[in-house]
Amino acid sequence: MEYVTILMVFGIALLVGGAMIGLPTLLAPRRATAVKAEPFECGKDLLALPEGRFAIKFSTVAIFFIIFDIEVMLIFPWAVQVRPLGWPGYLAMLVFLGILMLGFLYMWKKGGLEWD
Amino acid sequence: MSAALVPLAPLLLVAATAGLLIVLDLLPPREGKGHLGVVALAGVVAALAGALTLWGREGRAFGGMLLLDNFAVFLDVVICYAAALVLLLSMDYLRRNGMESGEYYILVLLATLGMMLMAQAADLIVIFLALELMSLSLYVLAGLFRGRLTSAESSMKYFLLGAFATGFFVYGIALIYGATGTTALDRIAAASGGLQRDPLLLIGFGLLLVGFGFKISSVPFHMWVPDVYEGAPTSVTALIATGSKAAGFAALLRVLFSTFKVAQPDWALLLWVVAVLTMTLGNVIAIAQSNLKRMLAYSSIAHVGYMLVGVVAGGALGAGGVLFYLLMYTFTTVGAFGAILLLERGRQEAVELDDYAGLAARHPLLALTLALFLLSLVGMPPTAGFAGKFYVFGAAIRSGYIWLAVIAVLNSAVAAYYYLRVVVYMYMREAEGVPTRPAPSFAGRLALGVALWGVFQLGLMPAPVLDLAQAAVAPLLR
Amino acid sequence: MSTTVWLIPFFPLLGTLLNALFGRWIGRHAHWIAVPSNGLSFLASCAVFLSVGRGETFTGDLFPWIQAGAFKTAVTALVDPLSAVMLLVVTGVGFLIHVYSVGYMHGDPGYARFFTYLNLFVFSMVMLVLAGNFLVLYVFWEAVGLCSYLLIGFWYQRKAAADAGKKAFIVNRVGDFGFGLGVMYLWVALGTLDYSEVFAKVGTLSPETATVIALLLFAGACGKSAQLPLHTWLPDAMEGPTPVSALIHAATMVTAGIYLVARSHVLFERSGVALDVVAWVGGLTALFAATIGLAQTDIKRVLAYSTISQLGYMFAGVGVGAYAAAIFHLVTHAFFKALLFLGAGSVIHGLGGEQDLRKMGGLAPRMVTTTVTFFVGAAGLAGLPPLAGFFSKDEILASAYHAGRPWLWALLLLGAFLTAVYISRAFILAFRGAPRMSQEVARHIHESPRVMTAPLGILALLTAVAGVAIGIPSAHGTAFARFLSPVFPLAEEAGHAGLSALTLLVLSVIAAVAGVLLAWLIYDSRPVNAEAIGRPRNWLHALLLRKYYVDELYDFLFVRPLVRVAGFCARAFDLGFVDGIVNGVGRLVVGWAGAMRLVQTGYVMNYALATLLGAVVIVAFFLSR
Repeated sequence: MEYVTILMVFGIALLVGGAMIGLPTLLAPRRATAVKAEPFECGKDLLALPEGRFAIKFSTVAIFFIIFDIEVMLIFPWAVQVRPLGWPGYLAMLVFLGILMLGFLYMWKKGGLEWD
Repeated sequence: MSAALVPLAPLLLVAATAGLLIVLDLLPPREGKGHLGVVALAGVVAALAGALTLWGREGRAFGGMLLLDNFAVFLDVVICYAAALVLLLSMDYLRRNGMESGEYYILVLLATLGMMLMAQAADLIVIFLALELMSLSLYVLAGLFRGRLTSAESSMKYFLLGAFATGFFVYGIALIYGATGTTALDRIAAASGGLQRDPLLLIGFGLLLVGFGFKISSVPFHMWVPDVYEGAPTSVTALIATGSKAAGFAALLRVLFSTFKVAQPDWALLLWVVAVLTMTLGNVIAIAQSNLKRMLAYSSIAHVGYMLVGVVAGGALGAGGVLFYLLMYTFTTVGAFGAILLLERGRQEAVELDDYAGLAARHPLLALTLALFLLSLVGMPPTAGFAGKFYVFGAAIRSGYIWLAVIAVLNSAVAAYYYLRVVVYMYMREAEGVPTRPAPSFAGRLALGVALWGVFQLGLMPAPVLDLAQAAVAPLLR
Repeated sequence: MSTTVWLIPFFPLLGTLLNALFGRWIGRHAHWIAVPSNGLSFLASCAVFLSVGRGETFTGDLFPWIQAGAFKTAVTALVDPLSAVMLLVVTGVGFLIHVYSVGYMHGDPGYARFFTYLNLFVFSMVMLVLAGNFLVLYVFWEAVGLCSYLLIGFWYQRKAAADAGKKAFIVNRVGDFGFGLGVMYLWVALGTLDYSEVFAKVGTLSPETATVIALLLFAGACGKSAQLPLHTWLPDAMEGPTPVSALIHAATMVTAGIYLVARSHVLFERSGVALDVVAWVGGLTALFAATIGLAQTDIKRVLAYSTISQLGYMFAGVGVGAYAAAIFHLVTHAFFKALLFLGAGSVIHGLGGEQDLRKMGGLAPRMVTTTVTFFVGAAGLAGLPPLAGFFSKDEILASAYHAGRPWLWALLLLGAFLTAVYISRAFILAFRGAPRMSQEVARHIHESPRVMTAPLGILALLTAVAGVAIGIPSAHGTAFARFLSPVFPLAEEAGHAGLSALTLLVLSVIAAVAGVLLAWLIYDSRPVNAEAIGRPRNWLHALLLRKYYVDELYDFLFVRPLVRVAGFCARAFDLGFVDGIVNGVGRLVVGWAGAMRLVQTGYVMNYALATLLGAVVIVAFFLSR
C-alpha cells in the first residue's frame, strides 16, 4: 500500500500534463499562415531538411560518448565500496582506468575526435 | 594476487599483447605494420607455450567466473595454434592486398582472447561476454577489405545474423537464471538435478543451443557460413573456420557434459538429428560449388556434423575424439585455406576451380601440399583426417550409434568426390589463360609447413595426442 | 645388444632411402652405398649372433604401432638362436650377392634402382626374421613379396619379365590370403599375436582349431616357398636378374615359409594333422620338382625346380619334427644354391645372355673358376660327401625314416637320386663336351671379373666346409642342432627299429653316386645331340618337358574362367548395374545439391527465418520430452 502515493503522483502528473496540452487545442483560436508553419518562428532560414542526411561523425561521437559513459559508470559502485575493497580494489580500478585511457588515446590518436 | 592469476596466464599474455599492439600501432611508422604481426605472433606463441606448461593444473579465478582445467588447456592450445598459423599467413597476404593495418592484428588478438575466454569460462555470463568479444572482432575483420562489396556483405550478414543468434543466447541465459537463480555452470548443474522437467530451464537450454549452433554453424543455423566465408579475407575465413569453431565447441561441450549432464538422453537425440542433417547438407551442397572458398565453407559445415557425431557418442572416447578432431581439423583447414591464400591469378585471389587446372605441372610442391590437406579432409590414411574420423566414428559405434556411424561414413564417401575433384583439376587438367602463381611469402610457406607437420604428426602417431584429448575431457565427465 | 639389433635393419633401410632419394645423382656409384650398408648390417648380425651364442635372447618393442580398442600391437623384435641364424644367412649371403651384383649389373641403366630394391629386400627380410609377433611378420612377409615382384619385373620393358612379376605376386596372394585369415583367426582364438604369448597359450586351443590355423598359415608358407600346388611362379621368376634369383628366389625369401612353420612349430605340433600335411606336401614337391628338373633346357629353370625340390626337403624335415635338420638344410642350401645361381649367372654373363643349356658346352677350359665353384655347388646339391648338402639332406632323410615314415623316406631318397641326375646333367651340358654355341658368341666367352668370382669362391668354401664344421651327427645331435636347442629341444636319441643310421647314410650316398653315374652315362660318355634334348621323345618326356601341364591346367581351370567372368562383370554388371547405380546416385545428389542451393538465397531475412524456425523446433523438442 505504501506505493499508492507514488501512483497518485503519476496520476497527477498525467492529469496536469494532459490538461496543459489538451486545453489549448480546445480553447485557443487557430489562424495558420505560411510564416507560422516554419520550424523557426524567429525567421531564421533552414539549412537542411530534418529528415535528410546528416554526417556520420555525429553517430561516431555518440557511440564514443556511450562507450565511455557506460564504462565510467563502473566507478560509482566502486566509489561506494572503496574502503572495504582496500588496496587491491584501488589497483584493479587503476588497471581498469588504464585500459580505458589506452582506448581513449587510441581513439584520439587515430583521429576519432577530429571533426574534419 | 599474482598466484591467483596463474590459471589465466595464457589469457593475460594475449590480452597484454593486444594492449601492447594498441600502443605500438600509435607509434610511427604510419605505414608498414608488419612488425605488429611479429609481435602478435610472439604473444600467441608465448600463450601457447604458457598453456602447455599449465597442463595438469586446476584452478579458478575472479570469484570462480574463470577456471583452468586440462580441457581449457587443450582448447587454448588448439586456438593458439589456429591464431598463430593465421597470423603467419596474414603478414604477407595483407600487404599484397594493400590492407596492412594495425587494427587487423589487434582484432585478431582480441578475437583469440575471446575464444580462449570461452574455453576457460565457468559462468554463462562470461561465456556470453567472451562470445561477444570474439564475434565483434570477427565481424569487423570480415569487413576488413572495405573496398570489396563481398567483404562488406560478409561483414554485414555476419553481424546481423550473429546479433540475432546472440539474442537467443542471452534470452536462454535469462530463462536459465530465472529457473535456477544462478548463472554459474556448476551451480546450474546442481540446481537442474531437481528441476528435471522445468519448462523454463528446458527452453533456456534450447535457446543456448541455438546460440552455440550458430557459432559452430550446425544446421539450420549454418546459412551465414558460405556467404561470410566467401566474402571475408581468406586469412579471416581461416580463423572463423577454425578458432571460433573450436571456441564454440569448447563452451558447448562444457555446457552439455558438465552442466546439462542430466538431460543427456534428450540432447543426444536432438544432436543425433542435427549431426545427420549438418553433415549431409554440408556435403551435398558442397558438391555443387565451383568456388573453392565456398566449397570449403560447406565442407566445414559437414565436418561440424562429424564432430557432433563424437558429441552424441559421449564419454571419454566421444568427447576426447571431438577434441582430437578439432586439433586435426585446425591444422588441415588452416592449411587448405592457406594454400588458397597463397595462390593468385593475375591480381586476383585464385578461388575458382578453373584457377587450379594444371597447377601440379607448374608448382608441384604447392599442389602436393594442397592435395595432402584435401586428402586429410577426405579422411585418407595416413593423414590426420583419417585418425580423427576413425576415433569419432569408432566412439559412435562403441556407444551403440551404429546407424549414425554408417551415415557418417557414407557422407565421408560423398565428400571424397568434391575434394578429389580439386586434386583432379590440379593434376589432370591443362591450364588455360593467365597462369596461377603462388605469392613469394616465406611466412605463408612456414605456416603451411607447420600445418603439414601437424597433419602427419597426428596421422602417423595419433595415440599420444588422443590420450591427451581423453585426459582433457576427464574434468567434464566427473 | 638392443641397439645392435636395431642396427641390423637400420643400415639397409638407410641405404634404400639414400639410393631411392639420390639415386638419380648417385647413378653408377650406387654400390658404394648399398654394399657397405649391407656389410655393416652383416657385422651387426655377427655381433648379435655371438651374444646369442652366449645364451642371451632379446625381445623389445620399437614403438607402439596400432591401438584400436582392445587390439594393441607394437613393432616387436625377437632374437633367439633361430632368428640369429636366419639373420646371419640373410645378411651374409645378401652381402656376397650385393658384391657380385656390382659386376653383374655393371652398366645397367637401372643400376641405382636395382640396389635400392636389393637393400629394401634385405631390410624387409631382416625385419621378417626379427619380427616378434605375427602381424609384423605378416607386414614384412608382404614387403618381401613386393620386393620380389619389383625385382622379377626389374626389366619391365620385357613382357615376359613383367608377366612373371605379376604371376609371382598373384600366386603369392593366393597363399597370403590364407595366411592373413590364419593371423586373424589366431587373434580371435587367443586374443594376442605375440609369439611368446601365442606359443604359451597354444595348449588352450582345441586340436581342430589349431589345425585350421596351422593349415591357413601353411597356405601362406606354400605360396612363399613355392610348394605344390602354388609352385608355378618360381620358375617364371627366373626372368629377373640372376643375382635376384640367387638371393631372393633361392637363398632367402623362399625359405620364409620354412621359417614360419619352424617358428610356429608349437602350433603345428598341437594340431598333429597339420604336421602330416606339411611333411607330405614337402615330400611330394621334392620328388615332383626333381622330375621336372630332369627335362628342362634353361639352366636357370633347372636350378629353379631344384630350389622347389630342396624346399620340399625342408618342409618334409619340418613335417617330421626334424626342425634343426630342416633349418640346417636351409642354411647349406642357401650356400650351395646361391653358389649355383651365381655360377649360372657367371656363365650367362660370359655367354652374353645365353641361358639355354643346348647352346653351351665346353666352357670348362674357358671359365676355370666358375667351373670349379659350380662343380662344388653341384656336388653339394647332389649330396656327395663330405660337402654340406650331404650332411643336411641325410639328416632329413634319417629323421623321416626314424619318425616312422618309410614311404616318405623312400620318396625323398628317389628325389635325391633324381637330384644327382639333373644337376650332373646341367653341369655336363654346360661345362663339358664340345662347344655348341655360335662362333660369334664363342669368340667372346670370358671369365667373369674378380668382383663376381670372389663371392663364388667364398660360397664354394662355405659349401665345402659347413657340413664338416657343424653338421657331423653325434650322440647329442649336430653342433648346429645344439645351438638351436633353446628353440627346438633335442630329440631323444632312442634305439630305432629297422635300418640303422649308418645303413641309411650308405643308401643315400649310393643314390647320389648312382645319379651322377647315370647322368655321366647318358650325357658325357658319348657326344650330345643338342637337337634331341629339347624335343619330346615319348609321352613321359613330354609330360616332364611341359612341367606336368600344371600351368595349362591352372590356365584352363582358373585364369580363363576368371577372365571371362571379369569380362562379363566389366561389361554387363559394372557398366549396366554398378555404374548405373553410381551415376544415378551421382545425378540424384547433384540434382539435390542444385535444389538445396536455391534455399541459400543470400537474403539475410531468409537466413534469420531459418534460425528462428530452428529455435522453435528445438524448444518444441525439449518441451515435448
